[in-house]
Amino acid sequence: MNKVLIKGNEAIAQAAIEAGCKLFFGYPITPSTEVVEYLSKHLPKAGGTVVQGEDEVASINMCYGAAATGARVMTASSSPGFSLKQEGMSYLAAAELPVVVVNVNRAGPGLGGLGPAQSDYFQCTKGGGHGDYRLIVLAPSKGQELYDFTLEAFDLADKYRNPVLILADGFLGQMMEPIELKERKVVELPVKDWATTGCKGREKRKIASYALTNEVGEEHCLAWQKKFDSMREVEQRWEEFETADAEYLLVGYGTCGRIAKSVVLEARRQGIKLGLIRPITLWPFPEKGLAAFKNQVKGIITVELNAGQMIEDVKLAVECKMPVHLCSRQGGMLPSDNEILNFAAKTFGWSLKEGV
Amino acid sequence: MEQVFKRTAGLTELPFHYCPGCTHGIIHRLIGEVLAELDVIGDTVGVAPVGCAGFSLDFFSCDFVGAAHGRAQAVATGIKRALPDKLVFSYQGDGDIAAIGTAHAIHVAARGENITSIMVNNAVFGMTGGQMAPTTLLGQKTTTSPYGRDKALSGPPIDLPKTIATLEGAAYVAAVSVDSPKNIAAAKKAIKRAFEVQQQGLGFALVSVLSTCPTNWGLSPVDSLEWLRNNMMPIYQMGELKVPAEVTKA
Repeated sequence: MNKVLIKGNEAIAQAAIEAGCKLFFGYPITPSTEVVEYLSKHLPKAGGTVVQGEDEVASINMCYGAAATGARVMTASSSPGFSLKQEGMSYLAAAELPVVVVNVNRAGPGLGGLGPAQSDYFQCTKGGGHGDYRLIVLAPSKGQELYDFTLEAFDLADKYRNPVLILADGFLGQMMEPIELKERKVVELPVKDWATTGCKGREKRKIASYALTNEVGEEHCLAWQKKFDSMREVEQRWEEFETADAEYLLVGYGTCGRIAKSVVLEARRQGIKLGLIRPITLWPFPEKGLAAFKNQVKGIITVELNAGQMIEDVKLAVECKMPVHLCSRQGGMLPSDNEILNFAAKTFGWSLKEGV
Repeated sequence: MEQVFKRTAGLTELPFHYCPGCTHGIIHRLIGEVLAELDVIGDTVGVAPVGCAGFSLDFFSCDFVGAAHGRAQAVATGIKRALPDKLVFSYQGDGDIAAIGTAHAIHVAARGENITSIMVNNAVFGMTGGQMAPTTLLGQKTTTSPYGRDKALSGPPIDLPKTIATLEGAAYVAAVSVDSPKNIAAAKKAIKRAFEVQQQGLGFALVSVLSTCPTNWGLSPVDSLEWLRNNMMPIYQMGELKVPAEVTKA
């Protein structure tokens, strides 16, 4: 067992190396900077290249070029920088290029703050760039998952020929935890018979996202949608915690999912049948996971670090069959487990046996 | 009957879609000939811009990637870093490289990125219908400078090659024109050098090619060439602005 004590951002970077990422293009921004710093030191030793772009727009477009050659490539940023990457994200999705992108969410809007937030949920799951495209969005909740999900993100990107997003937050990125550096399991993936590598000995290839006619444009859109539908079908992931007999549910991802576990344990200790659904894929959102409870639970609380974004997807997934409330902190603040428990007790009229 | 002239292997069979009198076709052909003469068609990846040359990815016989507005050089950087042994070039209009792509234009040169960029300067945004570009001349009328480019409002035009030449990482910088057979021959020589500089790993190479836009200038093809000669050539520094010592004098 190869366990190391490293920062979350470094776990992401180390996983990329293990995944066979050969190129990284990035631009420093707090709280994601350790990703580019770590890779600048370690990727060249693994036979790779790091280029610090002049800005995030350049970096994501360098990723576009490198991915076009079939190479494994990654970039990382935080909210304001991630906004700048949206043009590139849209083009990557349209050109169907596999790139792993990391957004270590900090508080927004504007320059916001350096603390953890989940305020980019809409941007990450509903678009962000122009056009009708989707990204697989993975939401780790601890250091080990930052490592594991990054490792797998490269396979998912190659499997679907689509950008994959790791959505962390400033808390996860900056926290040091013991992490097992697992080895990459080589899985069978489609051959990259589309890559532009020089056409010696084969037909010329081209990669582009433009459709000259509206008819062709619609064909493209339908093909993309077909791909996104297949992701929706098979890639929904979530964790269930104490849900079998749950009368109430907390729904939270990432850092909030982690805090919510403590809340569930305390509630259970007090005899309250509370469970947790922790979305792992934010897109495709785990509708199946939530739909299973639409006739079982009396109420849901989403725990979020924003003004209420994921709550919309939760309401849709349970078809608004029960009240869904929001417990949130913003601007870089985190809720404590007591805060969430007291909010839930007040909301659902539980009498807590002892004040917490 | 001996065939003395034919389509270069560097270009596909697809007919150009460019307007009558547009010089993109000539520039395409020069690049195609250079790729064929250097025998690198199979080892080259080109990057197309957004604009009239956005369809150039169908015209060249080498692999091609279409980039977003202004991003061709960043995309080319990614390709070159992934495939350092291949030749990579970007083909961009003046609007693409000198306006929305300025940051990348500066920084590929600053990094000494080992790619070749061909800038096609016709002093307007062509595809969008002839708006003012950073290269539009003072007094020149466009759809967004209907009273002529005003220095007080928009400043004078940018001479991008001159700026790029000041950067150490720019190994080869040339400004050429395709308005006459003599200049076409010189343009081809410069384009060839810009690829040879990349082959030798000497750094960034830029060739700016003055080009016409009869459609948006509202002139005939012949008058357009005349307008280019009389108005653009005196403003833009022409010739080889920077040549590395290592380049064999052909």
